Amino acid sequence: MVYLTRKIEFSASHLYHNPAMSAEENKLVFGKCNNPHGHGHNYSLEVTVAGQPDPVTGMVLDLKELKDILEREVMQRMDHRHLNYDVPELKGQIPTCENISRVIWNLLEPKITRGRLHKVRLYETPDLFADVYCPGAKPA
Amino acid sequence: MSAGVTIELGRRYKFAASHRLHSEKLSSEENSRVYGKCNNPHGHGHNYVLEISVSGTVDPATGMIVNLADLDQFVEKEVIEAFDHRSLNEEVPAFRDLVPTTENVCIEIYQRLQRFSKAKLERVRVEETGNNAFEYSGERDENGNVD
Repeated sequence: MVYLTRKIEFSASHLYHNPAMSAEENKLVFGKCNNPHGHGHNYSLEVTVAGQPDPVTGMVLDLKELKDILEREVMQRMDHRHLNYDVPELKGQIPTCENISRVIWNLLEPKITRGRLHKVRLYETPDLFADVYCPGAKPA
Repeated sequence: MSAGVTIELGRRYKFAASHRLHSEKLSSEENSRVYGKCNNPHGHGHNYVLEISVSGTVDPATGMIVNLADLDQFVEKEVIEAFDHRSLNEEVPAFRDLVPTTENVCIEIYQRLQRFSKAKLERVRVEETGNNAFEYSGERDENGNVD
């Protein structure tokens, strides 16, 4: 098995607020991430696809094809957007790194038809990230 | 579908510490041969980077596996306060009799952080410099389960 990783970056704004909780609870749980006008990050996304290289092309998946999928599914949806208001897939969810990375997994997984989506890593900052792994795959 | 996917949260921390690689079980010639300049008697230091991964259920109310403030507070108390700007050999009890290689630093940090009760510790990675890194995820059986 060969693991292929491609990286993209997007910039987006968000805020953490759960309408089911009081203003005080929101402040307590989410701290400055609860500031009402939101804030933003430069997100960095690493997408890993696992598979056997095609004997003819030597590729697990054409990088150009992966780039196009990432452009369509992630960049156009999330880049320079407000994650709370502009991304329907995140509606009703707090746009944490955990939830955004799971939404990205769900968007990408059916689109990757050569090889298999193995891992999605989303950095919110260089010191904070979430990993989503394919069912049954043990982290390397 | 996301049914069955595993989600982990990763967090990076930094600490600066000194150490000396020296084993009481070896002669001074052997120590010098095995550890090279890392055996210099007065020690030396590194800017360590600690990367940890935890897993758990994402709470639908918060969207979080664990509140970062709780995780940061625990790591700060258990590791950063104990290691940062200290001599690992002299000031961390585990390294009185154990050579503070980064392999052993990884294991010691894993054992300290395993006590965290709000998420499951999956992995500890320690970068001693930008060019070398070590990972420890506990002792596991052939199925990958933690012993």
